[in-house]
Amino acid sequence: MTRLARVLLLLGSLLALALLYAPLLVTLLFSFNAPRGRFNLVWQGFTLDNWRHPFADAALSQAFVTSIGLALAASLLAVLLGGLMAIALSRARRLPGHRWIALLLALPLTNPEIVLATALLNLFVAINLPRGVLTLLLSHSLFCLSYAALTLKARLAGFDPALELAAQDLGAPPLQAFRRVTLPLLAPGLLAAGLLSFSLCFDDVVISGFTAGEIVTLPLYLAGAFLREISPQIQVLSSLVLLISALLLVLATPPRPERKGGGPPG
Amino acid sequence: MRRSPKPERQPLWPWLLLAPGLLWLVLLYLLPLLGLVPLSLSEPLSRFGLETVFRGRFATYLEVARDQGPILLRSLRTAGIATALGLLLAYPLALLIRFRGGRWQPLLIGLVVLPSLVSQLVRAIAWSTLLGDHGPVLGAIGALGLRDGLNALGLLRDGRLLNTATAVVLGLTTTLLPFLVLPLVVALQRIEPRLLEAAADLHAGPLASFRRVVWPLSRPGLSAGLLLSLIPAAGDVVNPRFLGGPDDRMVANTIENLLLVQLQAPRAAALTLLLMALVSVVVLLQLRAGTEELPLP
Repeated sequence: MTRLARVLLLLGSLLALALLYAPLLVTLLFSFNAPRGRFNLVWQGFTLDNWRHPFADAALSQAFVTSIGLALAASLLAVLLGGLMAIALSRARRLPGHRWIALLLALPLTNPEIVLATALLNLFVAINLPRGVLTLLLSHSLFCLSYAALTLKARLAGFDPALELAAQDLGAPPLQAFRRVTLPLLAPGLLAAGLLSFSLCFDDVVISGFTAGEIVTLPLYLAGAFLREISPQIQVLSSLVLLISALLLVLATPPRPERKGGGPPG
Repeated sequence: MRRSPKPERQPLWPWLLLAPGLLWLVLLYLLPLLGLVPLSLSEPLSRFGLETVFRGRFATYLEVARDQGPILLRSLRTAGIATALGLLLAYPLALLIRFRGGRWQPLLIGLVVLPSLVSQLVRAIAWSTLLGDHGPVLGAIGALGLRDGLNALGLLRDGRLLNTATAVVLGLTTTLLPFLVLPLVVALQRIEPRLLEAAADLHAGPLASFRRVVWPLSRPGLSAGLLLSLIPAAGDVVNPRFLGGPDDRMVANTIENLLLVQLQAPRAAALTLLLMALVSVVVLLQLRAGTEELPLP
Protein backbone atom coordinates (compact mmCIF):
# COMPACT_ATOMS: atom_id res chain seq x y z
CA MET A 1 0.00 0.00 0.00
CA THR A 2 1.21 3.47 -0.77
CA ARG A 3 1.75 5.94 2.00
CA LEU A 4 -1.24 8.05 0.92
CA ALA A 5 -3.62 5.09 1.07
CA ARG A 6 -2.29 4.18 4.51
CA VAL A 7 -2.77 7.73 5.79
CA LEU A 8 -6.32 7.89 4.41
CA LEU A 9 -7.15 4.54 5.99
CA LEU A 10 -5.87 5.69 9.35
CA LEU A 11 -7.55 9.09 9.15
CA GLY A 12 -10.93 7.61 8.25
CA SER A 13 -10.68 5.07 11.05
CA LEU A 14 -9.68 7.67 13.61
CA LEU A 15 -12.56 9.91 12.56
CA ALA A 16 -14.98 6.98 12.85
CA LEU A 17 -13.70 6.10 16.32
CA ALA A 18 -13.82 9.76 17.35
CA LEU A 19 -17.48 9.97 16.33
CA LEU A 20 -18.26 6.77 18.20
CA TYR A 21 -16.40 7.71 21.36
CA ALA A 22 -16.82 11.49 21.65
CA PRO A 23 -20.32 11.22 23.17
CA LEU A 24 -19.16 8.53 25.57
CA LEU A 25 -16.20 10.60 26.79
CA VAL A 26 -18.48 13.59 27.29
CA THR A 27 -20.89 11.42 29.27
CA LEU A 28 -18.08 10.13 31.47
CA LEU A 29 -16.70 13.65 31.97
CA PHE A 30 -20.08 15.17 32.83
CA SER A 31 -20.72 12.52 35.46
CA PHE A 32 -18.11 14.53 37.43
CA ASN A 33 -19.72 17.89 36.71
CA ALA A 34 -21.36 20.06 39.36
CA PRO A 35 -24.11 21.66 37.29
CA ARG A 36 -25.83 24.90 38.15
CA GLY A 37 -29.53 24.65 37.46
CA ARG A 38 -31.44 21.63 36.28
CA PHE A 39 -29.59 20.75 33.07
CA ASN A 40 -26.22 19.03 33.26
CA LEU A 41 -25.16 20.20 29.81
CA VAL A 42 -22.51 22.88 30.46
CA TRP A 43 -19.27 22.25 32.34
CA GLN A 44 -19.13 24.09 35.67
CA GLY A 45 -16.69 22.34 37.94
CA PHE A 46 -15.36 19.01 39.13
CA THR A 47 -17.10 17.05 41.88
CA LEU A 48 -17.33 13.48 43.13
CA ASP A 49 -20.75 14.05 44.72
CA ASN A 50 -22.69 12.50 41.82
CA TRP A 51 -20.74 9.27 42.09
CA ARG A 52 -21.23 9.24 45.88
CA HIS A 53 -24.99 9.34 45.35
CA PRO A 54 -25.63 7.46 42.11
CA PHE A 55 -29.28 6.85 43.00
CA ALA A 56 -30.07 10.36 44.24
CA ASP A 57 -32.47 10.95 41.33
CA ALA A 58 -35.34 8.76 42.58
CA ALA A 59 -37.43 8.88 39.38
CA LEU A 60 -34.38 7.96 37.30
CA SER A 61 -33.52 5.04 39.56
CA GLN A 62 -37.11 3.82 39.46
CA ALA A 63 -37.11 3.95 35.65
CA PHE A 64 -33.74 2.16 35.58
CA VAL A 65 -35.10 -0.70 37.71
CA THR A 66 -38.32 -0.87 35.66
CA SER A 67 -36.33 -1.13 32.44
CA ILE A 68 -34.02 -3.85 33.75
CA GLY A 69 -37.02 -5.91 34.86
CA LEU A 70 -38.88 -5.39 31.61
CA ALA A 71 -35.84 -6.11 29.43
CA LEU A 72 -35.09 -9.29 31.41
CA ALA A 73 -38.65 -10.59 31.13
CA ALA A 74 -39.05 -9.66 27.46
CA SER A 75 -35.69 -11.06 26.38
CA LEU A 76 -36.27 -14.32 28.28
CA LEU A 77 -39.63 -14.68 26.54
CA ALA A 78 -38.13 -13.79 23.15
CA VAL A 79 -35.25 -16.26 23.55
CA LEU A 80 -37.63 -19.00 24.66
CA LEU A 81 -40.11 -18.53 21.80
CA GLY A 82 -37.38 -17.76 19.28
CA GLY A 83 -35.25 -20.70 20.44
CA LEU A 84 -38.11 -23.16 20.01
CA MET A 85 -38.76 -21.78 16.53
CA ALA A 86 -35.08 -21.96 15.61
CA ILE A 87 -34.84 -25.61 16.73
CA ALA A 88 -37.96 -26.55 14.77
CA LEU A 89 -36.83 -24.72 11.63
CA SER A 90 -33.30 -26.10 11.63
CA ARG A 91 -34.36 -29.69 12.38
CA ALA A 92 -37.45 -30.05 10.26
CA ARG A 93 -36.19 -28.66 6.99
CA ARG A 94 -38.83 -30.43 4.93
CA LEU A 95 -41.67 -28.98 6.94
CA PRO A 96 -44.40 -27.73 4.59
CA GLY A 97 -44.38 -23.95 4.62
CA HIS A 98 -40.81 -23.85 5.96
CA ARG A 99 -39.88 -20.96 3.69
CA TRP A 100 -42.97 -18.96 4.57
CA ILE A 101 -42.32 -19.32 8.28
CA ALA A 102 -38.70 -18.25 7.80
CA LEU A 103 -39.93 -15.25 5.81
CA LEU A 104 -42.49 -14.30 8.45
CA LEU A 105 -39.71 -14.47 11.03
CA ALA A 106 -37.39 -12.17 9.05
CA LEU A 107 -40.06 -9.72 7.94
CA PRO A 108 -40.25 -7.62 11.14
CA LEU A 109 -36.56 -6.78 10.67
CA THR A 110 -37.33 -5.04 7.38
CA ASN A 111 -39.74 -2.59 9.01
CA PRO A 112 -38.60 0.58 10.72
CA GLU A 113 -39.55 0.37 14.38
CA ILE A 114 -42.19 3.07 13.97
CA VAL A 115 -44.16 0.67 11.73
CA LEU A 116 -44.31 -1.96 14.47
CA ALA A 117 -45.16 0.72 17.02
CA THR A 118 -48.11 2.05 14.99
CA ALA A 119 -49.42 -1.44 14.25
CA LEU A 120 -49.16 -2.53 17.89
CA LEU A 121 -50.79 0.60 19.28
CA ASN A 122 -53.71 0.21 16.90
CA LEU A 123 -54.04 -3.45 17.85
CA PHE A 124 -54.21 -2.59 21.53
CA VAL A 125 -56.75 0.17 20.85
CA ALA A 126 -58.84 -2.17 18.67
CA ILE A 127 -59.01 -4.97 21.26
CA ASN A 128 -59.38 -2.45 24.09
CA LEU A 129 -56.35 -3.67 26.02
CA PRO A 130 -55.24 -0.96 28.46
CA ARG A 131 -51.64 0.03 27.88
CA GLY A 132 -49.21 -0.91 30.65
CA VAL A 133 -46.87 -3.70 31.72
CA LEU A 134 -48.63 -6.38 29.68
CA THR A 135 -48.67 -4.42 26.40
CA LEU A 136 -45.01 -3.44 26.93
CA LEU A 137 -44.02 -7.05 27.53
CA LEU A 138 -45.93 -8.29 24.48
CA SER A 139 -44.49 -5.58 22.22
CA HIS A 140 -40.91 -5.95 23.39
CA SER A 141 -40.92 -9.74 23.23
CA LEU A 142 -42.32 -9.48 19.70
CA PHE A 143 -39.67 -7.18 18.31
CA CYS A 144 -36.86 -9.16 19.94
CA LEU A 145 -38.28 -12.49 18.76
CA SER A 146 -36.88 -12.25 15.23
CA TYR A 147 -33.43 -11.19 16.41
CA ALA A 148 -33.31 -14.02 18.95
CA ALA A 149 -34.64 -16.69 16.58
CA LEU A 150 -32.30 -15.76 13.71
CA THR A 151 -29.25 -15.57 15.99
CA LEU A 152 -30.03 -19.06 17.32
CA LYS A 153 -30.84 -20.41 13.86
CA ALA A 154 -27.41 -19.28 12.67
CA ARG A 155 -25.83 -21.03 15.65
CA LEU A 156 -27.80 -24.24 15.03
CA ALA A 157 -26.91 -24.23 11.35
CA GLY A 158 -23.27 -24.53 12.38
CA PHE A 159 -23.47 -27.84 14.19
CA ASP A 160 -24.01 -31.42 13.17
CA PRO A 161 -27.36 -33.09 14.00
CA ALA A 162 -25.45 -36.39 13.92
CA LEU A 163 -24.13 -35.50 17.39
CA GLU A 164 -27.62 -35.75 18.82
CA LEU A 165 -28.31 -38.95 16.92
CA ALA A 166 -25.07 -40.36 18.27
CA ALA A 167 -26.24 -39.62 21.80
CA GLN A 168 -29.50 -41.38 21.04
CA ASP A 169 -27.58 -44.33 19.62
CA LEU A 170 -25.74 -44.52 22.91
CA GLY A 171 -29.11 -45.04 24.58
CA ALA A 172 -30.00 -41.50 25.63
CA PRO A 173 -33.70 -40.73 25.35
CA PRO A 174 -34.38 -37.74 23.02
CA LEU A 175 -34.99 -35.31 25.87
CA GLN A 176 -31.78 -36.31 27.62
CA ALA A 177 -29.84 -36.10 24.36
CA PHE A 178 -31.18 -32.60 23.94
CA ARG A 179 -30.24 -31.59 27.48
CA ARG A 180 -26.76 -33.15 27.45
CA VAL A 181 -25.69 -32.49 23.85
CA THR A 182 -27.78 -29.86 22.08
CA LEU A 183 -28.28 -27.44 24.93
CA PRO A 184 -24.56 -27.03 25.81
CA LEU A 185 -23.76 -26.51 22.13
CA LEU A 186 -26.54 -23.95 21.95
CA ALA A 187 -25.45 -22.09 25.09
CA PRO A 188 -23.25 -19.43 23.43
CA GLY A 189 -26.04 -18.73 20.96
CA LEU A 190 -28.55 -18.45 23.80
CA LEU A 191 -26.27 -16.01 25.57
CA ALA A 192 -25.77 -13.93 22.41
CA ALA A 193 -29.49 -13.90 21.60
CA GLY A 194 -30.31 -12.99 25.19
CA LEU A 195 -27.80 -10.13 25.35
CA LEU A 196 -28.90 -8.79 21.99
CA SER A 197 -32.58 -8.90 22.98
CA PHE A 198 -31.83 -7.36 26.36
CA SER A 199 -29.92 -4.43 24.91
CA LEU A 200 -32.58 -3.82 22.25
CA CYS A 201 -35.39 -3.81 24.85
CA PHE A 202 -33.42 -1.79 27.36
CA ASP A 203 -32.81 1.05 24.88
CA ASP A 204 -36.11 1.01 23.03
CA VAL A 205 -37.79 4.42 22.73
CA VAL A 206 -40.26 4.22 19.86
CA ILE A 207 -42.29 1.11 20.64
CA SER A 208 -42.26 1.87 24.38
CA GLY A 209 -43.51 5.39 23.71
CA PHE A 210 -46.54 3.93 21.95
CA THR A 211 -47.34 1.03 24.26
CA ALA A 212 -46.20 1.97 27.77
CA GLY A 213 -49.25 3.82 29.04
CA GLU A 214 -48.39 5.07 32.52
CA ILE A 215 -45.23 2.98 32.89
CA VAL A 216 -41.98 4.96 32.70
CA THR A 217 -39.06 2.98 31.29
CA LEU A 218 -35.54 4.38 31.31
CA PRO A 219 -35.60 5.62 27.68
CA LEU A 220 -38.98 7.24 28.25
CA TYR A 221 -37.64 8.93 31.38
CA LEU A 222 -34.60 10.13 29.44
CA ALA A 223 -36.75 11.42 26.58
CA GLY A 224 -38.69 13.47 29.13
CA ALA A 225 -35.47 14.63 30.79
CA PHE A 226 -34.70 16.88 27.82
CA LEU A 227 -37.67 19.02 28.84
CA ARG A 228 -37.61 18.58 32.60
CA GLU A 229 -34.25 17.99 34.21
CA ILE A 230 -30.98 16.37 33.15
CA SER A 231 -29.52 15.31 36.47
CA PRO A 232 -25.85 14.29 36.61
CA GLN A 233 -27.01 10.89 37.86
CA ILE A 234 -28.03 10.17 34.25
CA GLN A 235 -24.37 10.41 33.28
CA VAL A 236 -23.27 8.48 36.36
CA LEU A 237 -25.55 5.50 35.68
CA SER A 238 -24.68 5.53 31.97
CA SER A 239 -20.97 5.63 32.78
CA LEU A 240 -21.46 2.68 35.11
CA VAL A 241 -23.18 0.70 32.34
CA LEU A 242 -20.37 1.69 29.96
CA LEU A 243 -17.53 0.78 32.33
CA ILE A 244 -19.08 -2.59 33.23
CA SER A 245 -19.62 -3.39 29.53
CA ALA A 246 -16.07 -2.35 28.71
CA LEU A 247 -14.70 -4.57 31.47
CA LEU A 248 -16.77 -7.54 30.25
CA LEU A 249 -15.60 -6.86 26.70
CA VAL A 250 -11.91 -6.88 27.65
CA LEU A 251 -12.39 -10.08 29.67
CA ALA A 252 -14.39 -11.76 26.89
CA THR A 253 -12.02 -11.01 24.01
CA PRO A 254 -8.48 -12.10 24.72
CA PRO A 255 -6.23 -11.41 21.71
CA ARG A 256 -6.47 -14.47 19.55
CA PRO A 257 -3.35 -16.35 18.53
CA GLU A 258 -1.83 -15.13 15.26
CA ARG A 259 -2.62 -17.43 12.38
CA LYS A 260 -1.01 -17.59 9.02
CA GLY A 261 -3.27 -16.48 6.19
CA GLY A 262 -5.75 -14.90 8.56
CA GLY A 263 -8.81 -16.89 7.52
CA PRO A 264 -12.23 -16.31 9.03
CA PRO A 265 -12.37 -16.86 12.79
CA GLY A 266 -13.61 -20.28 13.84
CA MET B 1 -27.28 -44.36 11.73
CA ARG B 2 -30.67 -44.83 13.31
CA ARG B 3 -33.63 -43.19 11.65
CA SER B 4 -36.78 -41.98 13.27
CA PRO B 5 -39.28 -44.87 13.34
CA LYS B 6 -41.84 -43.50 10.87
CA PRO B 7 -40.01 -41.42 8.27
CA GLU B 8 -43.03 -41.10 5.96
CA ARG B 9 -45.41 -39.44 8.38
CA GLN B 10 -45.26 -35.71 8.96
CA PRO B 11 -44.07 -35.32 12.54
CA LEU B 12 -46.09 -33.17 14.89
CA TRP B 13 -43.30 -31.92 17.13
CA PRO B 14 -41.98 -29.12 14.88
CA TRP B 15 -45.42 -27.54 14.91
CA LEU B 16 -45.59 -27.77 18.69
CA LEU B 17 -42.26 -25.95 18.93
CA LEU B 18 -43.27 -23.38 16.34
CA ALA B 19 -46.75 -22.74 17.72
CA PRO B 20 -46.04 -20.15 20.45
CA GLY B 21 -43.66 -18.11 18.30
CA LEU B 22 -46.00 -18.26 15.30
CA LEU B 23 -48.87 -17.19 17.54
CA TRP B 24 -46.81 -14.13 18.55
CA LEU B 25 -45.85 -13.29 14.98
CA VAL B 26 -49.35 -13.67 13.57
CA LEU B 27 -51.31 -12.02 16.39
CA LEU B 28 -48.87 -9.24 17.27
CA TYR B 29 -47.23 -8.58 13.91
CA LEU B 30 -48.98 -9.86 10.80
CA LEU B 31 -52.60 -9.10 11.70
CA PRO B 32 -51.94 -5.63 13.20
CA LEU B 33 -49.81 -4.77 10.17
CA LEU B 34 -52.56 -5.84 7.75
CA GLY B 35 -54.99 -4.02 10.02
CA LEU B 36 -53.28 -0.75 9.12
CA VAL B 37 -54.85 -1.00 5.65
CA PRO B 38 -58.52 -0.78 6.73
CA LEU B 39 -57.49 1.70 9.43
CA SER B 40 -55.95 4.01 6.82
CA LEU B 41 -59.31 3.97 5.00
CA SER B 42 -61.28 4.86 8.13
CA GLU B 43 -62.27 8.09 9.81
CA PRO B 44 -61.77 9.10 13.44
CA LEU B 45 -64.91 8.58 15.50
CA SER B 46 -64.27 11.71 17.55
CA ARG B 47 -61.57 14.31 18.07
CA PHE B 48 -60.76 12.96 21.53
CA GLY B 49 -59.85 9.33 20.99
CA LEU B 50 -58.13 6.85 18.72
CA GLU B 51 -61.34 4.95 17.89
CA THR B 52 -62.22 4.98 14.20
CA VAL B 53 -64.99 3.84 11.91
CA PHE B 54 -64.37 2.26 8.49
CA ARG B 55 -65.53 4.40 5.57
CA GLY B 56 -63.44 3.23 2.60
CA ARG B 57 -61.98 6.72 2.39
CA PHE B 58 -59.06 6.77 -0.05
CA ALA B 59 -58.78 10.56 0.08
CA THR B 60 -56.65 10.20 3.24
CA TYR B 61 -53.80 8.97 1.04
CA LEU B 62 -54.03 12.05 -1.16
CA GLU B 63 -54.04 14.32 1.87
CA VAL B 64 -51.07 12.50 3.37
CA ALA B 65 -49.17 12.65 0.09
CA ARG B 66 -49.87 16.38 -0.11
CA ASP B 67 -49.18 17.28 3.54
CA GLN B 68 -46.59 14.72 4.60
CA GLY B 69 -45.09 13.72 1.25
CA PRO B 70 -42.24 16.24 1.46
CA ILE B 71 -41.24 15.17 4.96
CA LEU B 72 -41.31 11.52 3.89
CA LEU B 73 -38.96 12.16 0.98
CA ARG B 74 -36.75 14.41 3.11
CA SER B 75 -36.46 11.63 5.71
CA LEU B 76 -35.30 9.18 3.09
CA ARG B 77 -32.79 11.74 1.84
CA THR B 78 -31.47 12.39 5.35
CA ALA B 79 -31.20 8.64 5.96
CA GLY B 80 -29.37 8.30 2.63
CA ILE B 81 -26.89 11.07 3.43
CA ALA B 82 -26.19 9.68 6.90
CA THR B 83 -25.67 6.20 5.46
CA ALA B 84 -23.36 7.49 2.72
CA LEU B 85 -21.29 9.42 5.27
CA GLY B 86 -21.29 6.36 7.50
CA LEU B 87 -19.95 4.24 4.64
CA LEU B 88 -17.09 6.68 4.01
CA LEU B 89 -16.03 6.15 7.62
CA ALA B 90 -17.00 2.50 7.95
CA TYR B 91 -14.85 1.23 5.05
CA PRO B 92 -11.54 2.53 6.42
CA LEU B 93 -12.36 1.25 9.91
CA ALA B 94 -13.46 -2.15 8.62
CA LEU B 95 -10.33 -2.44 6.44
CA LEU B 96 -8.15 -1.43 9.39
CA ILE B 97 -9.78 -3.99 11.69
CA ARG B 98 -9.56 -6.76 9.10
CA PHE B 99 -6.08 -6.23 7.68
CA ARG B 100 -4.22 -4.39 10.44
CA GLY B 101 -6.10 -5.67 13.50
CA GLY B 102 -4.08 -8.85 13.80
CA ARG B 103 -4.58 -10.59 17.12
CA TRP B 104 -6.64 -7.70 18.48
CA GLN B 105 -9.41 -8.12 15.93
CA PRO B 106 -12.05 -9.42 18.40
CA LEU B 107 -11.35 -6.55 20.80
CA LEU B 108 -11.53 -3.98 18.00
CA ILE B 109 -14.86 -5.39 16.84
CA GLY B 110 -16.06 -5.11 20.44
CA LEU B 111 -14.93 -1.48 20.54
CA VAL B 112 -17.20 -0.76 17.58
CA VAL B 113 -20.19 -2.31 19.38
CA LEU B 114 -19.49 -0.89 22.84
CA PRO B 115 -20.94 2.62 22.24
CA SER B 116 -24.31 1.08 21.29
CA LEU B 117 -24.63 -0.23 24.83
CA VAL B 118 -24.99 3.31 26.17
CA SER B 119 -28.54 4.55 25.61
CA GLN B 120 -29.01 6.46 22.35
CA LEU B 121 -30.74 9.15 24.40
CA VAL B 122 -27.73 9.59 26.67
CA ARG B 123 -25.56 9.88 23.58
CA ALA B 124 -27.97 12.50 22.23
CA ILE B 125 -27.59 14.42 25.52
CA ALA B 126 -23.81 14.29 25.06
CA TRP B 127 -24.09 15.47 21.45
CA SER B 128 -26.19 18.43 22.54
CA THR B 129 -23.32 19.39 24.89
CA LEU B 130 -20.73 18.94 22.14
CA LEU B 131 -22.71 20.79 19.48
CA GLY B 132 -24.26 23.42 21.75
CA ASP B 133 -23.73 27.16 21.35
CA HIS B 134 -20.85 27.17 23.84
CA GLY B 135 -19.64 23.68 22.97
CA PRO B 136 -16.20 22.66 21.73
CA VAL B 137 -17.25 21.96 18.13
CA LEU B 138 -18.58 25.46 17.49
CA GLY B 139 -15.58 26.81 19.39
CA ALA B 140 -13.19 25.03 17.06
CA ILE B 141 -15.15 26.16 14.00
CA GLY B 142 -14.97 29.76 15.25
CA ALA B 143 -11.25 29.54 16.02
CA LEU B 144 -10.55 28.23 12.52
CA GLY B 145 -12.61 31.08 11.04
CA LEU B 146 -14.95 28.67 9.28
CA ARG B 147 -18.19 29.98 10.76
CA ASP B 148 -19.21 32.24 7.87
CA GLY B 149 -18.26 29.71 5.23
CA LEU B 150 -20.24 26.91 6.89
CA ASN B 151 -23.16 29.28 7.38
CA ALA B 152 -23.13 30.10 3.68
CA LEU B 153 -23.05 26.40 2.82
CA GLY B 154 -26.14 25.89 4.99
CA LEU B 155 -24.33 23.52 7.34
CA LEU B 156 -24.82 25.95 10.22
CA ARG B 157 -28.06 27.84 10.84
CA ASP B 158 -27.44 31.42 11.99
CA GLY B 159 -24.09 30.32 13.32
CA ARG B 160 -25.66 27.54 15.37
CA LEU B 161 -25.08 23.82 15.09
CA LEU B 162 -27.53 22.32 17.56
CA ASN B 163 -31.10 22.09 16.21
CA THR B 164 -29.95 21.92 12.59
CA ALA B 165 -30.11 19.24 9.92
CA THR B 166 -26.32 18.91 10.23
CA ALA B 167 -26.65 17.83 13.85
CA VAL B 168 -29.30 15.27 12.92
CA VAL B 169 -27.09 13.77 10.20
CA LEU B 170 -24.12 13.68 12.57
CA GLY B 171 -26.09 11.93 15.31
CA LEU B 172 -27.62 9.52 12.83
CA THR B 173 -24.26 8.69 11.24
CA THR B 174 -22.83 7.81 14.65
CA THR B 175 -25.81 5.62 15.50
CA LEU B 176 -25.47 3.76 12.20
CA LEU B 177 -21.70 3.23 12.11
CA PRO B 178 -21.61 -0.11 13.98
CA PHE B 179 -24.31 -1.55 11.70
CA LEU B 180 -22.17 -0.66 8.67
CA VAL B 181 -18.80 -1.69 10.09
CA LEU B 182 -19.75 -5.13 11.41
CA PRO B 183 -21.18 -6.67 8.19
CA LEU B 184 -18.26 -5.15 6.27
CA VAL B 185 -15.73 -6.76 8.61
CA VAL B 186 -17.54 -10.10 8.23
CA ALA B 187 -17.42 -9.79 4.43
CA LEU B 188 -13.78 -8.65 4.41
CA GLN B 189 -12.81 -11.65 6.51
CA ARG B 190 -13.52 -13.78 3.45
CA ILE B 191 -10.85 -11.90 1.49
CA GLU B 192 -7.46 -13.53 1.74
CA PRO B 193 -4.69 -10.97 2.37
CA ARG B 194 -2.73 -12.90 -0.27
CA LEU B 195 -5.29 -11.73 -2.82
CA LEU B 196 -4.28 -8.15 -2.12
CA GLU B 197 -0.59 -9.08 -2.28
CA ALA B 198 -1.26 -10.65 -5.67
CA ALA B 199 -3.00 -7.48 -6.83
CA ALA B 200 0.00 -5.45 -5.68
CA ASP B 201 2.36 -7.85 -7.46
CA LEU B 202 0.40 -7.20 -10.61
CA HIS B 203 1.11 -3.49 -10.14
CA ALA B 204 -2.37 -2.56 -8.99
CA GLY B 205 -2.28 0.62 -6.94
CA PRO B 206 -4.33 0.85 -3.75
CA LEU B 207 -7.22 2.42 -5.63
CA ALA B 208 -7.24 -0.29 -8.26
CA SER B 209 -6.96 -3.02 -5.60
CA PHE B 210 -9.91 -1.52 -3.78
CA ARG B 211 -12.01 -1.16 -6.90
CA ARG B 212 -11.17 -4.51 -8.46
CA VAL B 213 -10.74 -6.75 -5.40
CA VAL B 214 -12.04 -5.34 -2.13
CA TRP B 215 -15.17 -3.62 -3.42
CA PRO B 216 -16.68 -6.56 -5.37
CA LEU B 217 -15.80 -9.10 -2.69
CA SER B 218 -17.28 -6.97 0.08
CA ARG B 219 -20.56 -6.35 -1.79
CA PRO B 220 -22.60 -8.82 0.34
CA GLY B 221 -21.44 -7.13 3.52
CA LEU B 222 -22.14 -3.75 2.01
CA SER B 223 -25.70 -4.74 1.07
CA ALA B 224 -26.36 -6.12 4.54
CA GLY B 225 -24.91 -3.00 6.12
CA LEU B 226 -27.03 -0.75 3.94
CA LEU B 227 -30.17 -2.62 4.98
CA LEU B 228 -29.24 -2.63 8.65
CA SER B 229 -28.64 1.14 8.59
CA LEU B 230 -31.13 2.51 6.05
CA ILE B 231 -34.15 0.82 7.63
CA PRO B 232 -33.67 2.19 11.15
CA ALA B 233 -32.38 5.54 9.82
CA ALA B 234 -35.50 6.18 7.74
CA GLY B 235 -37.66 5.63 10.82
CA ASP B 236 -35.42 7.34 13.37
CA VAL B 237 -37.13 9.31 16.12
CA VAL B 238 -34.41 10.21 18.59
CA ASN B 239 -31.89 12.20 16.53
CA PRO B 240 -34.35 14.51 14.76
CA ARG B 241 -36.32 15.09 17.95
CA PHE B 242 -33.39 15.97 20.19
CA LEU B 243 -30.71 17.27 17.81
CA GLY B 244 -32.84 18.82 15.06
CA GLY B 245 -34.95 21.95 14.95
CA PRO B 246 -38.68 22.05 14.17
CA ASP B 247 -37.90 21.99 10.43
CA ASP B 248 -35.66 18.94 10.72
CA ARG B 249 -38.27 16.50 12.02
CA MET B 250 -38.41 13.20 10.20
CA VAL B 251 -41.31 11.02 9.16
CA ALA B 252 -41.37 8.92 12.34
CA ASN B 253 -41.75 12.10 14.41
CA THR B 254 -44.70 13.04 12.22
CA ILE B 255 -46.33 9.63 12.61
CA GLU B 256 -45.84 9.87 16.37
CA ASN B 257 -47.39 13.33 16.39
CA LEU B 258 -50.34 12.33 14.19
CA LEU B 259 -51.11 9.32 16.34
CA LEU B 260 -50.38 10.46 19.89
CA VAL B 261 -51.03 14.21 19.76
CA GLN B 262 -53.45 14.86 16.91
CA LEU B 263 -55.21 11.49 17.34
CA GLN B 264 -55.43 11.12 13.55
CA ALA B 265 -55.04 7.32 13.45
CA PRO B 266 -56.09 6.90 9.77
CA ARG B 267 -53.56 9.46 8.59
CA ALA B 268 -50.86 7.92 10.77
CA ALA B 269 -51.68 4.49 9.33
CA ALA B 270 -51.57 5.77 5.75
CA LEU B 271 -48.23 7.50 6.30
CA THR B 272 -46.84 4.38 8.01
CA LEU B 273 -47.87 2.25 5.04
CA LEU B 274 -46.29 4.71 2.60
CA LEU B 275 -43.04 4.66 4.60
CA MET B 276 -43.14 0.87 4.68
CA ALA B 277 -43.71 0.70 0.92
CA LEU B 278 -40.76 2.99 0.18
CA VAL B 279 -38.46 1.12 2.57
CA SER B 280 -39.55 -2.21 1.05
CA VAL B 281 -38.47 -0.98 -2.39
CA VAL B 282 -35.00 -0.25 -0.97
CA VAL B 283 -34.94 -3.66 0.72
CA LEU B 284 -35.88 -5.48 -2.47
CA LEU B 285 -33.29 -3.58 -4.52
CA GLN B 286 -30.59 -4.43 -1.99
CA LEU B 287 -31.62 -8.07 -1.78
CA ARG B 288 -31.46 -8.30 -5.57
CA ALA B 289 -28.03 -6.69 -5.46
CA GLY B 290 -26.89 -9.88 -3.79
CA THR B 291 -27.06 -10.11 -0.04
CA GLU B 292 -26.20 -13.72 0.66
CA GLU B 293 -27.33 -13.54 4.22
CA LEU B 294 -28.08 -10.90 6.77
CA PRO B 295 -25.22 -11.11 9.26
CA LEU B 296 -27.13 -9.97 12.28
CA PRO B 297 -25.30 -7.92 14.88
